[in-house]
Amino acid sequence: MNITELKKTANNIRKGIIEEVHAAASGHPGGSLSSADILTYLYFEEMQNIDPKDPKNPDRDRFVLSKGHAAPVLYATLAEKGFIPKEELVTLRKIGSRLQGHPDMNLVPGVDMSTGSLGQGLSTAVGMALAAKLDKKDYRVYSLLGDGEIQEGQIWEACMFAGYRKLDNLVVILDNNGLQIDGEIKKVCSPYPLDEKFLSFNFHVIHADAHDFDSLKAAFDEAKETKGMPTAIIAKSVKGKGVSFMENEVGWHGKGPNDEEYKAAMADLERIETELCQ
Amino acid sequence: MSIIKDFADTKKIATRESYGQALAELGKEHPDLIVMDADLAGSTKTSTFRKEFPDRHINCGIAEANMMCIAAGLASCGKTVFASSFAMFATGRAFEQIRNTIAHTKVNVKVAASHAGISVGEDGATHQCCEDISLMRSIPNMVVINPCDDTEAKAAVKAAYEYEGPVYIRLGRLAVPVLLDENEYKFEIGKGVVLKEGSDVTIFATGLEVYEALLAAQKLEADGISAEVINIHTIKPIDEELVVKSLSKTKKGVTVEEHSVIGGLFSAVSEVTAKKLPTKLMAIGVEDQFGHSGPAKELIKEFGLDADSIYEKVKNFVNE
Repeated sequence: MNITELKKTANNIRKGIIEEVHAAASGHPGGSLSSADILTYLYFEEMQNIDPKDPKNPDRDRFVLSKGHAAPVLYATLAEKGFIPKEELVTLRKIGSRLQGHPDMNLVPGVDMSTGSLGQGLSTAVGMALAAKLDKKDYRVYSLLGDGEIQEGQIWEACMFAGYRKLDNLVVILDNNGLQIDGEIKKVCSPYPLDEKFLSFNFHVIHADAHDFDSLKAAFDEAKETKGMPTAIIAKSVKGKGVSFMENEVGWHGKGPNDEEYKAAMADLERIETELCQ
Repeated sequence: MSIIKDFADTKKIATRESYGQALAELGKEHPDLIVMDADLAGSTKTSTFRKEFPDRHINCGIAEANMMCIAAGLASCGKTVFASSFAMFATGRAFEQIRNTIAHTKVNVKVAASHAGISVGEDGATHQCCEDISLMRSIPNMVVINPCDDTEAKAAVKAAYEYEGPVYIRLGRLAVPVLLDENEYKFEIGKGVVLKEGSDVTIFATGLEVYEALLAAQKLEADGISAEVINIHTIKPIDEELVVKSLSKTKKGVTVEEHSVIGGLFSAVSEVTAKKLPTKLMAIGVEDQFGHSGPAKELIKEFGLDADSIYEKVKNFVNE
């Protein structure tokens, strides 16, 4: 895809997110919107052997949404990619829906690991990367972490193991939007400095703009060329990106828009789409 | 009945030893088998497997939570994983990882934990986990197995490998007598085993208490009390049919476990009888208290879990 196509795809995914959380009247729009471009790049450019007709292909690249509460962005991405019908997005969080509040690998084709309890997804991604090494296969594993999530100690257990085992088929992407439910991460319990932490766990560290596809491409390309160590991409993002009144507002971490807010959010995204089509 | 004759005098083997040997045996035939440990390979005996298959033994260091989730990731890529630590750290520290990332996902991970119960001995309360069966039993999708001896532990490991989905296996540190004849004994997940028939009382025992219960039953026999002894190696799913069948005959039941009386075998049997056949039951186990340091055998006696204590308690219970 060219840059404009990627931007249009990401905008469609953002619309999907808003449809989902509006229909559910709950869910997590902020951290879903902040990572929409990252998932767009992963699913439409970066990851190999991703095929809705063969979601269990043993040679596929894997993605683990360690920040499982951003389920809406994963579902919207999978819908955009053809794993699930787009009409299903409005069933998010409803009784009988495959689209649980947090992703369930046994319900949704394309979800490689059930997540939701923070800190656990990265370890499963490490297990997948280790399996590839044991089996001498060349699939790669990507895991998206929240910047609040790295307050969980298990993240660093996983990083210690991945660094020690030189899992260069593992890429950790940190959605660095700076906000968690209770406020700014630097005021709740600061995880900064970030670079030094990952570096000391024997990661290669790359910085990227989470909303710039050229920057994301450069980062993922560099990760692929990095041998002998896992990579951490620290992706600076804007929570709520794309919906003006949600941007950088911690209040939109975990609530759905009402009808009026839904209209305003969709109007923002329609405007972006119109601009992209000019 | 597949019990070895003169079982009171047979050789003694800790079920953790049996575990390591069973893994090493399985490893020969099954290249998908991965064994994980958290810096306790020498104690859990996964080191026996490591000696044969060093590339398939993954030591995570002292990080049980990470180990459980790595196990889930490996299993999602087609591996069958046995993850080991002490019962306290496997089921206690990593409870939520087991619940959310192993049991909810139904991945093919077997949590096999050694050093369960007070028979850990000298290490004391922090390492004597008497809550593991309770914790694991409460998780949906989880099978809970507590083998009684070497023969059963080896059979349980093989059965767990063949079973598709999460399993918890409880293993001990203390060497215990080999009760069951490996040539005759048939192990089936979820099926209790009548080791001695009787008519006055049923003793449901699990783990190393099966041996103690059998000795107690022999003493009771001398007093004219006919005790049926049933080995409940699978606490979940429990063999409801056998529990009901035996208690319909004896009308009185006793549970014996080296585990808290809250949430373990007593609870599992009570749940069956309360629903299907209200019956007077007595619980022999670790009362609502922590253990402490001391030689394992002495602790078993102190906590009233040896054959003599069981004999006294059951006798009084039957004569009530």
